[in-house]
Formats: sequence, structure tokens, C-alpha cells
Amino acid sequence: MRESSGDNPGADLASPAIHLSGLTKHYGSTVALAGLNMTVPRGEVFGFLGPNGAGKTTAVRLMLGLARASSGEGMVLGFPLGSLEARRRIGYLPELFRYQGWLRAGEVLRLHCELAGIERGSRRSEIQSALELVGLDGRSEDHVDTLSKGMQQRLGLAVALLGKPDLVLLDEPTSALDPVGRHDVREVLRALKRRGVAVFLNSHLLSEVEQICDRVAVVDHGRVVAEGSLPQLLAGPRVRIQCSDLGPEALAGLARFGASHFAEGWLTVRGLPRDRVPALVSAVVAAGGQIQVVDPGQQTLEERFLELVGDKE
Amino acid sequence: MTTLVIARLTFRELLRRRLVLALLSLTAIVIGITAWGFSRVHDLYIGGSPLTPGEVQLASSQLLLLVMFMFSFVLALTCAFLAAPSIAGDLESGIAQALLSRPVRREELLLGRWFGLAVPIGMYASASTTAEFLLVDWTTGYLPRQMAVAEASLLVEGLILLTFTLALSTRVSAITAGVISVIAFGTMWLGGVAGAFGEFFHNQPIADVGVVTHFLLPTDGLWRAAVFAIEPLSSVLAASRGFGSTFQVSSGPTVGYLAWVGIWLLVVLGIALWSFRCREI
Repeated sequence: MRESSGDNPGADLASPAIHLSGLTKHYGSTVALAGLNMTVPRGEVFGFLGPNGAGKTTAVRLMLGLARASSGEGMVLGFPLGSLEARRRIGYLPELFRYQGWLRAGEVLRLHCELAGIERGSRRSEIQSALELVGLDGRSEDHVDTLSKGMQQRLGLAVALLGKPDLVLLDEPTSALDPVGRHDVREVLRALKRRGVAVFLNSHLLSEVEQICDRVAVVDHGRVVAEGSLPQLLAGPRVRIQCSDLGPEALAGLARFGASHFAEGWLTVRGLPRDRVPALVSAVVAAGGQIQVVDPGQQTLEERFLELVGDKE
Repeated sequence: MTTLVIARLTFRELLRRRLVLALLSLTAIVIGITAWGFSRVHDLYIGGSPLTPGEVQLASSQLLLLVMFMFSFVLALTCAFLAAPSIAGDLESGIAQALLSRPVRREELLLGRWFGLAVPIGMYASASTTAEFLLVDWTTGYLPRQMAVAEASLLVEGLILLTFTLALSTRVSAITAGVISVIAFGTMWLGGVAGAFGEFFHNQPIADVGVVTHFLLPTDGLWRAAVFAIEPLSSVLAASRGFGSTFQVSSGPTVGYLAWVGIWLLVVLGIALWSFRCREI
């Protein structure tokens, strides 16, 4: 039994953390979400990736009830999107984390304890453990305005962790953090995962997503264009060759080696076993390519991401 | 319960930002200066003779109305400035997103803001007007005929503008809500003046301008209710003979008008709640 479930009686434990079905959102003629389908099981760290304007933040806002879907439906922790019951079990760190600058860090946490309906008797320990978890112990008397941006983001994470939520929605949780802070946040997320808390991580930092996410969805133009675990999503072995420009005919001739892609002076061929790399190199030279670098390896999430969204960022 | 949490947060913000301190100290200074001014009324002379007790009363009442007019204006501006950023500011800064991601109804957030502003404003309005009235009584012997009615009228006038601005704040930016509110307040006052002119010159269409403005945004209507409660009977009689103005009113508000003020407050608060509930955040 997960620790957090025991703290939230009434929650439907059989239901996934997030289930979205055909969710659309229109702002006038602009389509922010065009039929978003997605299921995030409980206890999973889920990465939600996409270029700017892909609909990532809109999806989070719909889950919290801050905006209403134009069509489609969804459930969060077994409750309708945006319902009070769902929000009682969610911790949220907004991308633009802003807390009242005139409050002290501890007061921000006390306020959110009150709003979250956390019992008076356990507020002090909740606040203390949240501050310790994000590395802000000893800073509870500091005014929010006097905290650095990174410290404020840590405070935002502490706010999101109050009340032992079953689902934590994090919108760019490390955007203001230094490398140490990012490492700390990764440790926090791993601890949440061990406790069985589902984490929905909306991030641009692909290396980070690669390190901690169980599964990833890539969203573009308001719909999921790829979803799965990292081994499923990444195309396995690939070779990258930095060479002079190759024409369409030359590229067509290389199709026998696998799916290839040429961008910014780099030819990428996916799914090519390492023992066939010399043959590929010979073929590129035969096609007139002048080779500078040959880099056999595993496809990175960034490469896959750029393939999927067409290098729009 | 959540409404109380938000109301407390709002009040704490007024304290922390030193708004309460600024308002109270400046008001105390103004009350002190006006008390000194009122204490000098006895020293005034007309044609080489000191004022008679009746003339002192009349002069004091007119000066008090001027002071109260300034107070009414300050109260209205304070309400507009406080209410304008209360919702719009939270939306613009992203604080509303953090608050509403909790199990908080939007109605609770808005009502919390309303109570958090209305209660301290009510306390401030009551305390400062009472202090001014009592000091004027102490220095000149003049006490408004209906002190409690005058205080209540000024207080509700503030609440009207507070609620109006709060409703605007759910849809437009803080600065726009504040500007619209102040312009509306000024326009209603001007409409009331035009109405008084219309009545004096028996011009019904112009007189109707005053009536319409009193119903549209009842701030000037309530100011006139305060004037009626403050002014001496001699001013009431003069006004009833056709010399009514912003500072002379011939009659108090009707029960129907007071009922309208109550309905107006509830309806506009309802519109604010509906508007906030329907909007995207």
C-alpha cells in the first residue's frame, strides 16, 4: 500500500493518476489542444515535452480547472478535471512561480496548509519536512522578496509537496536552479517516486527528463506525437556523421542503411548496428560526402525530440 | 472557512504594506488640522462683530460638509485603489494560479478579498468619521443631526465603489479597473450636480440625469444621504425652497432607494462572482 493513499481516504486507487481523452482547447481561432489523449498511471514519473506553444501548460491548467476544455474529458486521480476533490490531492508548482513577496517563506507554507485543509496539529511538521526536503530549512523567517529566484523555486516545490499529494504537477521545476539545485530536485522526485506519488513533469530540460522519467510524451500542436518509455521512444543505436551537404539522390541511396535524416551538417541514421557503420561511411564517401566526424552511439532524447517536432525550437 | 483565510491574508497584506499605518497617520493629521480649524470658528467676525451661536453652527456645518466631501473622495479613491489590484493583480502575477490550484472555490477567493477589504475599510470609515464628528462637536458644539446615518451612508458609498471595482477587476487589468472606477465615481458626482441644477431651474430632462446617475452607481445618492444627515435643519429648509446643491439636500433617501442600494450591492457582487467563475485563468 502506498503511503500517500492512506492519507487521502476516498480516493479511487484503481484509477490512473491522469486520464485525458480527446481533450481540446480553443482560444478563438487558435487551437491550443487538438485532441489530447494520455494516461499516466499512479506512482509514475511522467515527462511531458513539447516546443513552446505546444499546449503543455494549457494541459496542466485544464487538469487544475484553471481553464475549461472546449471538448473531451478527463479524470485526475479518479475525479473530474479541476474538481475540488482532485485539487485536494494535487501539488502544483506553476511555471511562473510567484508567491506573496511580503510574506515569509514559512507563512507561505502555512497559508497553503490552511488552503489545502491540512490538520492544524500536523502543519508544523509538514512545513518543517517540506523545507528540509527542498533545502530551505532555516529560511522560514525570510521574506519571499529577499529569496533568490532559485530559492523561490525551491519554496514553490515545498508548497507543492505539502499535504502528501498523490499527484505532483511540476511546470519547469528547475528553470531557475543551479546544477546543485537541479540535482537536489531530481533527488526529491526520486523520493516521491519511492513513495508512490505520480509526478507529471513539464520540462524543457531533456537531459533531466531522460534521467528521472519512467515514461515520456512529446506533444506538438496540441496533440501527443509520441509516447512511451525511453527505450520505446528512442530508436536504439544510431550513427551521426558530420559531413558536407548531401543531395536528395545521395540521401535516397543511403535509405538501405535505415531511416536517415540530414540537418545542420549532420547525417543521422537510426537503427544501424555498429558493425555496419564502416559500410555506411564508405557509402557516404562514394556519394561525394566529405566526412569530418563519425559518432556511433545511442540516440538521445534531444535528437528524438528534434525529429518529432521538426526542430521548431 | 477558506473565505476567512483569504480575508485574513488580504488584511495582513494591508498591514504589511503599511497601508493601514499610512492611512491612519495621515487621517489623524488631517483630523488634527481640521479640529484646529474648527476651534478657530469662534474667532471669526462679520462686520466687526463675533459670530452668533447660530452663525457658528451654520459655519461649522458647512465646513464639516466640506471636510466630509474630501473624506468621501478619499474613501472612494482608497476603495478603488485597493480593490483594483485585488483580483486582477493576483491574475497578472500568477498568485491566483497558485491559490486556485488548492481546493479553493473561486467564489471563496473573491469573497475573501471582498471581506478582507470591506471590514478594515468599514472600521476605518467609522472610526475616522466618528472622531471628526466628535472633535467638531467638542470645538464648536455642532453635531450632525443623524451621526450614525451619515457614517453608514459614507461607509456604504465606499462599499459600493469597492464592489464595483472588484467586479471590474475580474475582467480587466488592475490599472484599467482603477481608472474606470474613479471616472465612474466622478461622473456620478457630476450627474448629481447636473440633477440639482435641473431641479433648481425646473428642467426635467436635466433633473432626470441626477436620478439616473443615482440609480446607476449610487455613490452620489449616498453622499447626498450623508449630507442630509450632517446638515442643519436651516440648510434642509433652504434646499427645500429650491437652493439644493452638492452640499445642501432637501430630503433624505427614500426606503425604496435604500432598498435599491442593497439590491445593487448584491447584484454587482453576484456579477463579480459569476464573472470570476466563468473566466479562464
